[in-house]
Amino acid sequence: MKSNPYLSSSIFLLIAFILSLAIGSVFISPKELWNILRGAGDETFVFIIWQIRLPRTILIALSGAALSGSGAAYQGLFRNPLADPFLIGVASGAGLGAVIAMSIQWPYSFWGLMAIPMAAFLAALLTVFIVYFLARVGQTIPTTNLILAGVAFSSFATSLTSFLMLRSTSEVRRALGWLLGGASQAGWAAILAILPYLIIGLGILLISGHALNLLQFGDDQAQQLGLNVTRTKTILLIAASLATAAAVAFSGIIGFIGLIVPHLTRLWLGPDYRRLIPLSVIGGASALIISDVLARIVLAPQEIPVGIVTALAGAPFFLWVLRRAKNQGYW
Amino acid sequence: MLKIQNLSASYNGRQVLREISFDVKNGEVLALIGPNGAGKSTIIRAASGVIPSTGHIHTNGDDFQSLTPLQRARYLAVVPQAISLPPAFTVWETVLMGRTPYLGFLGHASALDEELARQALSRVNALAFSERRVGELSGGERQRVLLARALCQSTPILLLDEPTAHLDLQYQVSLLELIRELARSENLAVLIALHDLNLASHYADRVALLVGGHLKAVGAPREVLTAELISDAYCLPVQIVAHPFLDVPLVLPDTK
Repeated sequence: MKSNPYLSSSIFLLIAFILSLAIGSVFISPKELWNILRGAGDETFVFIIWQIRLPRTILIALSGAALSGSGAAYQGLFRNPLADPFLIGVASGAGLGAVIAMSIQWPYSFWGLMAIPMAAFLAALLTVFIVYFLARVGQTIPTTNLILAGVAFSSFATSLTSFLMLRSTSEVRRALGWLLGGASQAGWAAILAILPYLIIGLGILLISGHALNLLQFGDDQAQQLGLNVTRTKTILLIAASLATAAAVAFSGIIGFIGLIVPHLTRLWLGPDYRRLIPLSVIGGASALIISDVLARIVLAPQEIPVGIVTALAGAPFFLWVLRRAKNQGYW
Repeated sequence: MLKIQNLSASYNGRQVLREISFDVKNGEVLALIGPNGAGKSTIIRAASGVIPSTGHIHTNGDDFQSLTPLQRARYLAVVPQAISLPPAFTVWETVLMGRTPYLGFLGHASALDEELARQALSRVNALAFSERRVGELSGGERQRVLLARALCQSTPILLLDEPTAHLDLQYQVSLLELIRELARSENLAVLIALHDLNLASHYADRVALLVGGHLKAVGAPREVLTAELISDAYCLPVQIVAHPFLDVPLVLPDTK
């Protein structure tokens, strides 16, 4: 497994993907799936797969990849094992941005749809800078400061979001389910709308592994080794926020994926960000797909928001990492 | 060859270096000495470009201040104090980071990079623990790893910021011997900030005495480590005695 982590995690992703297509209110066997993907099969099933499950699974996979990849990047940037798009407030900030864009009620067109991730991105970026400056002490950002500032800002953004939703029309109020994390808005249009943000954001993160490695030595050493620290950090913050915003725009606020997956990857293969980022991306996709499958089956036929599943698993994990970080210093 | 001319730097509005000028020749070890806060580390930080400064820092024409960090890292490598290193990287990974100024787009190390890292590790006698994590090493081992990383950078100039701090005597001596030998064999210009005056006297070719951001004296240990200059700089009466078997001065506090 260790000899080719890319292969093993890709196989895992494929299995998760097939499970997600097969499992739901109706079970569709892998054999039938194969027929449908080749263009044959029962008409109802064809509709379920092409119009519901496939776009939903892809959206969930992309969101998981984005949250986990940006989580790994935030951890490297802040040199802090607890940085997660949700815990540092960026996800809630992006959610607020998305809700503001929705409540303006752009016409439901492709460009109207594109504006939602854009607003989420701008709000995410603003959040990063606010939280960063609130948490900073001199040159460093103590772990607890970062999380406290993130959680405080997160509550603030969430309250504003709730306020906006309560005073708005039913159209936006439907977004409440979305905000807890769920792919109820899934559709091919949503996938197309976030794809540009995602490709740019994750693309930059994927080629920045070595820079993130250098940043682990602190700004001085990174620069003495040849890195343009200020420029690199700015680019990475923007890229991670783009990826987070892309995920939040249509999948809502899903916590802890960006914490759990990079952390387990780090325990598995060590701290090298050149591997950590791509494997977090693949692992994040698998982990969120599995969470979404669970969200569909635990209370079937009713669905629960996937954010609840990730929080149920993630909050205890967070406490475990917090204790570890205290006892052993930074990983 | 490292040439520093009229170097000044400020920190939070306070001027911490004033018009410093000196050279470090190839093959030479120059020790920066002076009381705490005199500006020893600041010179190293200014020369390596992590804090802004005025004046000139250059080698045969190229002014470092106008270079990008990547270009500068091909001229000048820094050995920091080994206090806060990311513990989870292995020694091998850490040393390979020294190749950063030469790596390609994705930070992939070539066979040559790996060969140079191996050579650097063997120079500092650290090959045996190259697969260990840095967090598991002793202070002396860590300092050697950082020296190997700097050597791996293949620069003509080496700056070291109190590399012997937190090391016990045995490691202090072996590290400084190694540094002096490297300066000779690789023809490096070595600038090293040192706390211990007697180690500076023993291992440096020349010594530069800094006090309150001013350069008080530069020269052979015998010229700089005089009772008058040192008493004045450290506000403490001292006596200078001859080393029992080496031709260098030793500094002893003149107190009861």
